[in-house]
Amino acid sequence: MRAYLDFEKPVADLEAKVEELRAMAGNGVAIGEELTRLQVKSAKALADLYANLSPWQKTQVARHPQRPHLSDYVRELIEDFTPLAGDRKFSNDDAIIGGIGTFRGRSVMVIGQEKGSDTPTRLKHNFGMARPEGYRKAVRLMEMAERFKLPVISLVDTAGAFPGIDAEERGQAEAIARSTDAALALHVPNIAVVIGEGGSGGAVAIASCNRVLMLEHSIYTVASPEASASILWRDSSRAQDAATNMKITAQDLLKFGIIDAIITEPPGGAHSDPSAAIQATAKAIESALKDLSTLSGEAVRNARAEKFLNMGRKI
Amino acid sequence: MNWISNVVPPKIRSFLRRETPENLWVKCPESGQLVFHKDLEANLFVVPGSGFHMRMATKDRLAATFDNGVWEDIAVPEVPLDPLKFRDEKRYTDKLKDARTKTGLQDAVKIGYGTIESVSVTVAVQDFDFIGGSLGMAAGEGIITGLTTALQRKTPFILYAASGGARMQEGMFSLMQMPRTTVAVQRLREAGLPYIVVLTNPTTGGVTASYAMLGDIHIAEPGALIGFAGPRVIEQTVREKLPEGFQRAEYLKNHGMVDMVVPRGEMKATLARICRLLMHIPAAA
Repeated sequence: MRAYLDFEKPVADLEAKVEELRAMAGNGVAIGEELTRLQVKSAKALADLYANLSPWQKTQVARHPQRPHLSDYVRELIEDFTPLAGDRKFSNDDAIIGGIGTFRGRSVMVIGQEKGSDTPTRLKHNFGMARPEGYRKAVRLMEMAERFKLPVISLVDTAGAFPGIDAEERGQAEAIARSTDAALALHVPNIAVVIGEGGSGGAVAIASCNRVLMLEHSIYTVASPEASASILWRDSSRAQDAATNMKITAQDLLKFGIIDAIITEPPGGAHSDPSAAIQATAKAIESALKDLSTLSGEAVRNARAEKFLNMGRKI
Repeated sequence: MNWISNVVPPKIRSFLRRETPENLWVKCPESGQLVFHKDLEANLFVVPGSGFHMRMATKDRLAATFDNGVWEDIAVPEVPLDPLKFRDEKRYTDKLKDARTKTGLQDAVKIGYGTIESVSVTVAVQDFDFIGGSLGMAAGEGIITGLTTALQRKTPFILYAASGGARMQEGMFSLMQMPRTTVAVQRLREAGLPYIVVLTNPTTGGVTASYAMLGDIHIAEPGALIGFAGPRVIEQTVREKLPEGFQRAEYLKNHGMVDMVVPRGEMKATLARICRLLMHIPAAA
């Protein structure tokens, strides 16, 4: 059963009618023409709706519970995926998943946040909000990727790093800083894809990459719309205004030169056809990796450094 | 009314008036004790009785750091202003203008070059009074300029950090200062030049989560609040009272995040000693 967002109500109503007619058709009522007409109308309404999503609507789509998460991407794209656990310092953080596997015939390192898809897994993965151990595991895996010359694929999907007492106690800030540092020091190519939410420092830590791609309806923010509203206006209920004013969509960020490309989502968003979204992402990653494969290690690192240094100097 | 107020046009008159401090007496936020402004200034803005470290303006900080209070200003390249055309209660450009008038600074980060006990150093000061020391494009460019200057002149880089975090009004351009500054830190590190961070009250958010936690040596001023998330956010998340001294300088030292907590009065001598040791410069006889 597809879960509809509030703003999808007109489409939901149409689709309900389609279902009704389909049931009647099953009972031998001749309504084939009407059914086709409604189906076309419903598909068009969905496409139109998704072609003009507001930043706040995109925020809801990016957080949609049925949107494909890291585990879905790994399952569909990475053969022989071998998850690796632990930061070798304190513990293992399941908010960040990492491991080695094969992507389109070559060995790669995959790192990313997993939000979970039901209550037990959401708790297990702490809703995708990593603690210092998560970022220290990411550092460990990036350094391993460097040693074994594995390109790094980062799948970003987090509201942000976990703001808790234990996280602060063990140096959340330092862990994030070191992870960004590690990503920028790599001589192997790294590609980040924001598949849902790219939330603040907790996202940057694994998204400081040669190529940063975003799914069409994902968001990438300096602070979540709720946090931004609370900082700017001391009123988190103005999240909608914050989402609009802060330019968090893939389309705005591509224009600003902050990201490198947008991956088109199927009509109705990634959650309406997860497999199509995942395959489109794979194609984009493959082409980015191919572009970078001709560069020497030194050139890979320099190109990445220069890309970030030049960012925003001319807009 | 003396003769000057009759002759001098009103604009200049108000400027003259500002020469006398508005508050001759300053209240210590910790003990409530009243301190004479001049005494506070003479004591590097540390309250003589309680030892409370007040915020220090950029020019006072630079003057207290460099020999004879003399340094060379290093210009920070201009950056695009207001990329998002942002406005909340007021336009971001107006907010910037106000902050510039209030502080006399171009943005939150200022760079100086000079000597500490005869050792050449490049120093960056981040000023909390400039929109909360927030990290936007100009501040990021300031940090990069400081690190690049240190690299070119082969000096250590000393940063006095203070920040509430990201410059929200610049959105993702603000967030991108985290990787940008990190690239510059890496270049200094690979040249074998020391990077010393002095964490002052408060240093939080994206600043702590990037260049302020990547120093070779981390020094904190006593009592300084240092962390990733602010205490208010954490309290809302965990819904419990935060432990005593949580996220303070001494707490960070106990948890292995800073090397030392140094009172302001000993800061200059400490910085000079570290620079000499790491740069292999023998102590002056």
